[in-house]
Amino acid sequence: MAEPVLTIRDLRLAFGSRRRQTEVLHGISLHVRASEKVALVGESGSGKSVTARLAMGLLQEAPTTHASGSIRFDGIDAIKGGREIARRRGNRVAMIFQDPTSALNPTFKIRGQFREVLRSGNPAISDADADRQAEAALAEVSIPDPKRALDSYAFQLSGGMNQRVMIAMALANRPALLMADEPGTALDVTVQAQTLKLMHELTEKRGTAVLLISHNLGVVREFADRVYVIYRGRIVEHGTTAQLFHEPRHPYTRALLAAIPKISGGGLPDLPERSPDFENPLIVHEGCGEPAGAIA
Amino acid sequence: MIWKSLLHRIGAALIVMVGISMLIFAIARVMPGDPARIALGPNATAEQVAALRAERHLDAALPVQYWEFLKALSRGDLGKSLYTNRPVTTDIAQFLPATLELCIISAILMVLIGLPLGILSAHFRGRFPDHLGRLIALIAVCTPAFVWGVILQLCFGYFWPIFPIEGRLLDSIPVPQGPTGFYLIDLLVAGNGAGFLDALHHLVLPALALAMSGLGQAARLTRSNMIDVYEKPYVEMARAYGFRPWRIATRYAFRPAFIPTLTILGLEFAAMLGNAFLVEKVFGWPGLSRYGVEVIIRKDLDAIVGTVLIIAAAFLIMNIIVDVLVSIINPRIRLAGGRG
Amino acid sequence: MSEPGSPVIAKRSGSKAWQAYRSNPLSVAGLVIVAVIVFMAVFADYLTPFPEHVGPIGDFAAMNMGPSETYRLGTDTMGRDLFTRIIYGYQLSLIMAVVVLAIATPVGVIVGLVAGYKGGWTDYVLMRITDIFLAVPPLVLAMAIMGFLEPTLLNGMLAITAMWWPWYARLIYNVTRAEAQEGYVLAAETVGASTMHIIFREILPNCWPSILTKMTLDVGFVILMASSLSFLGLGVQPPTPDLGSMVAEGAKYMPDAWWLSVWPAIAILIIVLGFNLVGDGLREAFEAES
Repeated sequence: MAEPVLTIRDLRLAFGSRRRQTEVLHGISLHVRASEKVALVGESGSGKSVTARLAMGLLQEAPTTHASGSIRFDGIDAIKGGREIARRRGNRVAMIFQDPTSALNPTFKIRGQFREVLRSGNPAISDADADRQAEAALAEVSIPDPKRALDSYAFQLSGGMNQRVMIAMALANRPALLMADEPGTALDVTVQAQTLKLMHELTEKRGTAVLLISHNLGVVREFADRVYVIYRGRIVEHGTTAQLFHEPRHPYTRALLAAIPKISGGGLPDLPERSPDFENPLIVHEGCGEPAGAIA
Repeated sequence: MIWKSLLHRIGAALIVMVGISMLIFAIARVMPGDPARIALGPNATAEQVAALRAERHLDAALPVQYWEFLKALSRGDLGKSLYTNRPVTTDIAQFLPATLELCIISAILMVLIGLPLGILSAHFRGRFPDHLGRLIALIAVCTPAFVWGVILQLCFGYFWPIFPIEGRLLDSIPVPQGPTGFYLIDLLVAGNGAGFLDALHHLVLPALALAMSGLGQAARLTRSNMIDVYEKPYVEMARAYGFRPWRIATRYAFRPAFIPTLTILGLEFAAMLGNAFLVEKVFGWPGLSRYGVEVIIRKDLDAIVGTVLIIAAAFLIMNIIVDVLVSIINPRIRLAGGRG
Repeated sequence: MSEPGSPVIAKRSGSKAWQAYRSNPLSVAGLVIVAVIVFMAVFADYLTPFPEHVGPIGDFAAMNMGPSETYRLGTDTMGRDLFTRIIYGYQLSLIMAVVVLAIATPVGVIVGLVAGYKGGWTDYVLMRITDIFLAVPPLVLAMAIMGFLEPTLLNGMLAITAMWWPWYARLIYNVTRAEAQEGYVLAAETVGASTMHIIFREILPNCWPSILTKMTLDVGFVILMASSLSFLGLGVQPPTPDLGSMVAEGAKYMPDAWWLSVWPAIAILIIVLGFNLVGDGLREAFEAES
């Protein structure tokens, strides 16, 4: 089996001042192998987004975050943040955001932002070369008129278009790992499905590893090889997608599975408690206290 | 579409201008005391006062007086200054360029110092450069322009005399004759390099004194707007894609933060036109503001009305320029309605 | 009636706001500065070493002296103690600021509330009038008014008041326009509350944080403006101790008698800074609360 590109061990994260801290991640361990598609699934507030941001070194700089444990990416330790991981951002690791339109700067044309992205992979690239590569990348994500898209601002393009632009930017420097934080959740379901399909095709073709962050197991089923289920800052279950869907072990996973809307109708079963308050949890899902024998 | 909104702005400015002329006219005429008597001083004879009253239509009803005033204004006639004994327009044409030159250099200093100070503060938020930058900005805002003038004179004019503290040029340099009245431009046009440098040398202290409060405000606004922008997803995106932090600060976060700041910079420029009165007094700067103080102290009616109108007009023009700039740098406004 | 739905400052919330205020050492420093200055100004007759130096006469044997044991900050050209005159200058400045704001704030707030809530022609006329005042640099307008009046304390306050209210009108207009869209206003309209009730009982309470913050900051800025006017010779006349005219007077004796202008100049800076720090602290406190 291929080498892991990302290995997270016993990752803990606390927010707050030095005196008063609230731990939100209680020892997360996961790994993503080269060209593997892994999903991290949990409800909002479960800690899935901060895990991804920590792995990219985006949170460590803030004085109110305190992280411990180990994050190994590309042979370096990313837990401390700093230059090493910063140099790999946009280059060896890239990220796709929930709302593509607000993730693009409203005061710069796509062209300028695309150039900057390509520069973080190759600082010496000329504007002309960057533009050529950008056009090619946009054509690859089936944007009909790449030149025109490059000369547009994000607010002039549709959400689906921007999502494609983001995917093109993310893959432009051929990263080893792509983080996708609920890609397209802000868009309508059809567009969301299209972009996921596109992302799947392109990463498959290039052998890019993907860590997909989602609250929706239905989305994950189509996409991922393996799934981690995160609940209240802990990985409660983990296995191949097939295993997880056929014999979910943890009650929380079963609740998530039940929450997938079915064509046959029957509506959306509610989770009893959707946004746990980390300081004083009012309700804990019945039987959710302990992990269901993690599969290594 | 820019043209349509520009026309709209100019129309609104004209309405405000008419309002200002009424306001200042009302202030000048409604205040207690006989303006003719005030203007001529206690030693004038009753005949002289009566003659002036007749000449200025002071015995007519207020609307009639205002109408006469407007008629004269439409001919470009702002009346006559009793202090210089010349048409007010001549005085203004002579003194306005000095004030504008001072204000424009101050505005440039405000932008060149204030914005980087704000960017530094935001970039190093919560750390030492931020605390220092905020303190400097706060003190700059809280100190009146004349205090800055006095302090700068004391420090760089007396104790460490590296800058001149009075006037626009050394006596040894011939005063440039036109075409703009801006010494920097005129001396450059005349090919007088030494004169140009001397004019610049004379500008440093007054321009800095005048710029302080605006640059403090600019730094504070830039900082807070940048901090708002730092929370935006597109800044996180920029970091996630490995944009260099300094490049984010000076480019990707700065541009969106600058758009709301620019509007306020326009207001700060207006405040400069007012504060120029203080700075010109401190530095003996022969500009419109010093003229304004003189005519106000001498109750020189027409001159006061003319000065206020010109300053208001300069302010309104400045506001329109700022609006146009905002719509140029903000693509959302620039492109609104422009497509399709 | 006190509507449960309206986001008026809750009774209990005082402590939270105070906590936020206290957590910033600069805000606390501002409060200390302001408290000390106000205390000294109020009890100037008892706290200053030479209260008799308020008038034109000082100690002729000690004219133009630099800082010394007896005269901590030095004396002016009349032999008057600078420290004493600065404290009395504070007294005058504070009185001016209080009077100006006591008149300008209600006028501006009412104009802003009415224009913002009524809309239509009322809005158009009131706000265009406000714009006219805002289109002249504040100092210039005050100067122009002073140009036609005798330079007295009362007239100075009048001139500053005339140019100060429009800023409140503009501020409250914007707040009112936003608040008028809120559910609690619509609810009150639906149950047929009168315009007066809605403006003063529903909208006004939500403007208080903005008004209080601006007033605090403005105490400093009114003092700054008043000292600018008197620096130009358009304010209070001698021998009344006034910080702005002290700086102007002292500037004539630069650089030898530097203390004549430097101390009053620093005095202006300190009081404006103090009120600014308190104002900024208040703003943060109100924000922390909401």
